[in-house]
Amino acid sequence: MHDLTPIAPLGGTAPREDVVGTLTLTERPDVALASVAARLGREAEVRGHLTDLLGRAPGPGEAVQGDPETGFWTGPDQWMVDAPHDTHEDLADRLEARMGEAASVTEQTDAWACLDLRGEAMEEAMARLCALDLPSMAPGTAQRTTIHHVGCFVIRRDPPDGTRIVGPRASAGSLHHAILGAMRSVA
Amino acid sequence: MNDMSEPPQVNRLEGGRLDRARPLRFTFDGRSYTGLRGDTLASALLANGVRLMGRSFKYHRPRGPLTAGSEEPNALVELRTGDRQEPNTRATTAELYDGLSARSQNRWPSLAFDALAINDRLSPFLTAGFYYKTFMWPAAFWEKLYEPIIRRAAGLGSVSGAPDPDDYDKGFRHCDLLVIGAGPAGLMAALTAGRAGARVILADEDFEMGGRLLSERLEIGGDAADAWAAATVAELASLPNVRLMPRGTVIGAWDHGTYGVVERTGDHLAVLPDGKPRQVLWRVYAKRAILAAGATERPIAFDNNDRPGVMSAAALRTYANRYAVTAAPRVAVFTCNDDGHRTARDLHRLGVRVAAVVDTRDDAPASHDYEVLAGAQVRDTRGRRGLTFVEVTLADGGTRMLEVGALGMAGGWNPNVHLTCHQRGRPVWDEGIAAFVPGGALPPGMAVAGAANGRLSTHGALSEGAEAAVAAGTDLGFATNAELPEAEDAPVAQAPFWYVRGSERAFLDQQNDVTVKDVKLSHQEGFRAVEHLKRYTTLGMATDQGKTSNLAGLAIMAELAGKTIPGVGTTMFRPPYTPVPIATFAGRVRGRAFHPTRLTPTHRWAEAQGAPFVEAGDWLRAQWFPRPGETHWRQSVDREVAAVRAGVGVCDCTTLGKVDVQGTDAAAFLDAVYANRMSTLAPGRVRYGLMLREDGAVMDDGTAARLAPDHFVVTTTTANAGAVYRHLEFVRQCLMPDADVQLISVTEAWAQLAVAGPRSRALLERIVDPDHDLSNAAFPFMACAPVTVCGGLRARLFRISFSGELAYELAVPARYGDALMRRLMERGADLGVTPYGVEALGVMRVEKGHAAGPELDGTTTAATLGLGRMVSPAKDAIGAVLSRRPGLAEDDRRLVGVRPVDPGAKVTAGGHLMAAEGPVDAAHGQGHVTSAAYSPSVGSMIGLALLRGGADRLGERMRLVSPLTDLTVEVEVVSPHFVDPEGERLRA
Repeated sequence: MHDLTPIAPLGGTAPREDVVGTLTLTERPDVALASVAARLGREAEVRGHLTDLLGRAPGPGEAVQGDPETGFWTGPDQWMVDAPHDTHEDLADRLEARMGEAASVTEQTDAWACLDLRGEAMEEAMARLCALDLPSMAPGTAQRTTIHHVGCFVIRRDPPDGTRIVGPRASAGSLHHAILGAMRSVA
Repeated sequence: MNDMSEPPQVNRLEGGRLDRARPLRFTFDGRSYTGLRGDTLASALLANGVRLMGRSFKYHRPRGPLTAGSEEPNALVELRTGDRQEPNTRATTAELYDGLSARSQNRWPSLAFDALAINDRLSPFLTAGFYYKTFMWPAAFWEKLYEPIIRRAAGLGSVSGAPDPDDYDKGFRHCDLLVIGAGPAGLMAALTAGRAGARVILADEDFEMGGRLLSERLEIGGDAADAWAAATVAELASLPNVRLMPRGTVIGAWDHGTYGVVERTGDHLAVLPDGKPRQVLWRVYAKRAILAAGATERPIAFDNNDRPGVMSAAALRTYANRYAVTAAPRVAVFTCNDDGHRTARDLHRLGVRVAAVVDTRDDAPASHDYEVLAGAQVRDTRGRRGLTFVEVTLADGGTRMLEVGALGMAGGWNPNVHLTCHQRGRPVWDEGIAAFVPGGALPPGMAVAGAANGRLSTHGALSEGAEAAVAAGTDLGFATNAELPEAEDAPVAQAPFWYVRGSERAFLDQQNDVTVKDVKLSHQEGFRAVEHLKRYTTLGMATDQGKTSNLAGLAIMAELAGKTIPGVGTTMFRPPYTPVPIATFAGRVRGRAFHPTRLTPTHRWAEAQGAPFVEAGDWLRAQWFPRPGETHWRQSVDREVAAVRAGVGVCDCTTLGKVDVQGTDAAAFLDAVYANRMSTLAPGRVRYGLMLREDGAVMDDGTAARLAPDHFVVTTTTANAGAVYRHLEFVRQCLMPDADVQLISVTEAWAQLAVAGPRSRALLERIVDPDHDLSNAAFPFMACAPVTVCGGLRARLFRISFSGELAYELAVPARYGDALMRRLMERGADLGVTPYGVEALGVMRVEKGHAAGPELDGTTTAATLGLGRMVSPAKDAIGAVLSRRPGLAEDDRRLVGVRPVDPGAKVTAGGHLMAAEGPVDAAHGQGHVTSAAYSPSVGSMIGLALLRGGADRLGERMRLVSPLTDLTVEVEVVSPHFVDPEGERLRA
C-alpha cells in the first residue's frame, strides 16, 4: 500500500463543501470514473455488458443507476461509468476484465472533478450557469453543456433537488468560482 | 430655504398608482426633493415643478422629458455616484428609490446656465454634415485635436472610469411561449396560454405590469383598466407554469427562437443585497413568441417644439393618470386625431386647467370642458428654460397666445415593430393608421398582437393577444380557449400630420438635434436614401434609436423626393431595443474570471515555493522557482538549467496534451495522422512523431507510446492539445469511419512529472518500486512501461527527454501529483534535486535544438525543421503528398543555430538575418530568429533561426538585425544542437 496523500480537485486534502442559503455544493473526490467505448462491430456486446452491470445500457442523454456503478451516455457507443472510489479505485481494470476486447476502457477518475449541487434553488442556480433546461430534465438525464466556458456533464439524479456537475479537473477552481457566484445570486 | 429642505410636490395630483405612505427622498444636481414609491425620476421631478432635466446633444438647448417611457430622447441623466455612476439613463424609466442621486449631464457649469449653449446661436453653421464638412483637414488633426473637442462638446454622460463594483449575471430560460410586453394584448396572451398549462414567460420593461392600461381611464370587463391589469397579473403570478419578468426588456430576437432579455434586478435598490446581481442578461429559448410591445406616440414638429414642458400628449396623460403628476398647472394639447382629446379629458377631470386643444382638423370634436381650436396649428413657443407661451395660428389665419407650462403633442401612434425587424424583416405601410406595421417575414415562431400590430383599441389588443395565444397553443398541442372581457373598441383613424408648414427649427430628433431644415439640407445635398439621411443628419441614431423621430424624417424626405413613405423605406432596426450597459454583456466573465484557468496538479506546491506563473492557453505554469538571494529571474533560470545538466531536476509537464488511442486499428490510425510510421513501434516503446496539416505544413509534434498492440498514448504540445484532439476526432469520424479506433483525452487524468538530468535514474530508483528494473539495458532510451511507485501506486514511466539529458516522465493519477512532487524533493535532497520551471525548460530545448511553438508557426514544414526524413515515403499520411508539392518543397529555409560572435551580445527572437555585407531591408532578408535564450551551457545568448539554404551555411558570419529596436549583432550560423549533438547523454 502506497503512502502518498491525495488532494481533491479544489486543492484540499478533504473535499470542500460550501453552503449558501439553502444550497449546498459538495466536492466529490470519492468517485471513480472510467470511459467505455465500444469497439467497431461490438456495440451490441458492450451494451449487453452494461445491461449486466447497470440493468440497462444508457441511451442518448440518459444516466442509469446500478449498484454501486452508475453509467451515463457520452456519445455514440460511448459511456462513462462511475463507482465509489474507496472500493473501486481499480474501476477501469474491472471494466476491462468484464468487457475484454469488446470495448476500449480508459481510466478517467482524475480527469474530472465531480461537484454535487443540492437544494431548493438548484434549478435557479443552474439557469444562471448553463443553457440546459433543468426543470425538464427528469432524474436519469445526463447532458453535455458548457459552464463558464468549461465543457461539463450535468447529471440529474435522485434526489430531485440535486444535480451533479462533472467538469475537467484542472478547471475545478474556475468552475467552483462560477457555481458559487450563481448560488449567491439565487440563494 | 436652505439646500437640505425639500420643496413641496407642487404638481402632485390625486390618485395614481403610488404608495403615498412612503415618501422617498432623492437628489437631482445636489438639490433634495421628495417623491413617492411608484414614481420614476421624471415623474418625481415634474411633481416638484422641475421640467428642465438636461441639455441637448449638439446645441445644448434646455430639455425636459418628451415621453414617459423607454423611448425618451431628452431626459438623460447620470444615476448614482462613485464607481456606480451610470450615464445616459432615462429619467422616464429610472425607478425612484430612497436615496437616489441623479445629475444632469452635457452641461457646464450648470444645467440652468450652460456655457456651450452658445452652440445654439451658432446653429446656422452646425447644420447636417457639419462635422464632415468642417473637420476634414488636415487628417492628422482628427485624433489629437478635433475628436477630443467634439467629444467634450457633444458628449452625453460621463463614466467614472473605475471598474464597476457590482455583479452582473447571465442566464438561460426555456419556455413554450414568450410574451413580450404586459399591456392588454400581452396580459391576455399570457393569461390564455398560462391557463392552458403552457410554460409562459411574460417580460415587460416596466417595473409595474399593465402597459398603457396603467396610464388610461378605461374599463375592462366593468372594472377600471388598471385594476383589471393588477388582477390579471395576480392570477398569472399564481400559475406555477408562468414566470413574470417585470423590469425585463426584450432587447433582441435572434435565431431559432432565442431572445435576449435584460432583467434589471437591482437598479431600483439603494444598496444591492450581498452577492446579488444588478442586472441579468437572459437568453430565452422560446418555442413561440408573441410581440405585444405596444405603440409609441409620435410628436409633431413645429418651431421650438423642444422646450421643457412640451411632450407627447400620451406622456402628459401617463404622468397624470399613473403618477398623479401634471407637468404644469395649465396645459394645452396639439393634436391631429381623437387621441389628443383623451389627454385633455383626463387632465381636465383631474383638475388641471386645459387652456385649449389645438386640433389641426377642421371637423375637430367639440368639448364642454375646454376650448377646442379646430383647424388650428401650433406655430411656435416661448420660454427660456421651460415653456411659458404657445403661439397658435388659428383657422382664420389669426394668432392666439396660450399661456401654458406644458403642451401635449398627439401626432398618432407608431406600432413598436422593432423586434419584428431584427432578422431583416421589413415593416409594411398601413394607410388606415398612417404608420408602419409588422409585415413580411417575421422571426420564425413570432406573432404580433395589439397596438404593436396596429390594432389600437383596447378590445383589439385583448382579442389579438388571445388569438395569438390560441394559435401558439394549438401549434404546440395545448388546448387553449380565450375568454375575452368587454372593452372599448372605438374605431381609430390616424391622418398623418408630420410638421407645421414653414417651420425650420422644428425638432424631429430631439436626441440628436435634427430639425426639419436638416432633412431638407440632406435632400438638397443628395443624401436621399434613408440610410444616407440617417448617417448624414444623425437622425435616429444614439440611445433612443429614433423611436420618436424616424417616421417624421422619412415623411419629410418622401415629400421632398415626391415619393410615398413606404417608397422611401425605413432604416434597419437592430438589437438592442434599448441601451444595455457593457457590464451586462460581460456578465461575470471579466477581470480574473475573464477566462477559466487550468491548474496543474502541483500548482499549490509551486505557489508555496514562490513560483511566478505564466499563462499557456488556460494553463498556469510555474516559470521558475526563486531561491533566497536571487534578485533576477535569470539567476533562478540559469541555476535550474545548470542543476538539470549536472544533477537532476523535476518539472511538471502535465499540460502537454495526452490522448488515449485504442482499438484494433489504432496503429493504422496513427500511421495516417503522423508523417512517420507508428505501426512498427514495439509495445513498451515510445517514438517521436510529427503531425502535418492537409496542406503539408507541420501541425504539431509529440510522442506516441505503445502500451499494448491496440493501445497507445500520444502526446501533443500544450498549446495545440485542443486543436490536435479535434483533428484526431475529425480523422476518426470523417476520414476513417470504418477503422476500429477510440479516442479520449487523458491530459488531466495524469499528473506527469519530467525527471531529468544525469542523476534522474538514481532518484527514480528511490521512487519506483524495486521490482521494476530501470537499468539502461532493461529500460533504455524511448522505453515505456506501467510501473508502481511509493509502495504500490499505479503509474506510467516513459524514458523520453526534452532537455537532452538522461530523462524520464513519470505519470501518476492527478490526485497524487502533489504528493509525488513533494516525495521527489524529499528523496532527492541529497542528489541536489531542483524543481525547474517552463523558462529553464525552454532554455534547454533551445540548447538542444528542439522545435516548439515558435518554430511551428504554420509555415514550417518537416524539411525546414530539419525533419524531412520523418515524412515516410513508404506510406501515405495526412499532409504527406502536399508536403512534396512544388512551391512548398522549394522552401529551402532550414532550422539552424545562431550564436553571437561577441559572447556579450544580444540575440532576439524576431530579429532578421542579413548577409554580412549589403543592404538591410525586407528584400535582402535571409531568415529570422524564432527562439532565443541565454544559454548557461554555452555562456552566451543563442538562438534558433529559419535560414534560407541554412543547411549549407554553417560557419557563415551574418548580421542579426532588428531595425525596430535598433539592434545589429554579428552572429555565426551553427548547428541548432548546442548541447550533446550526438545524443549520448540521453542514451546514458
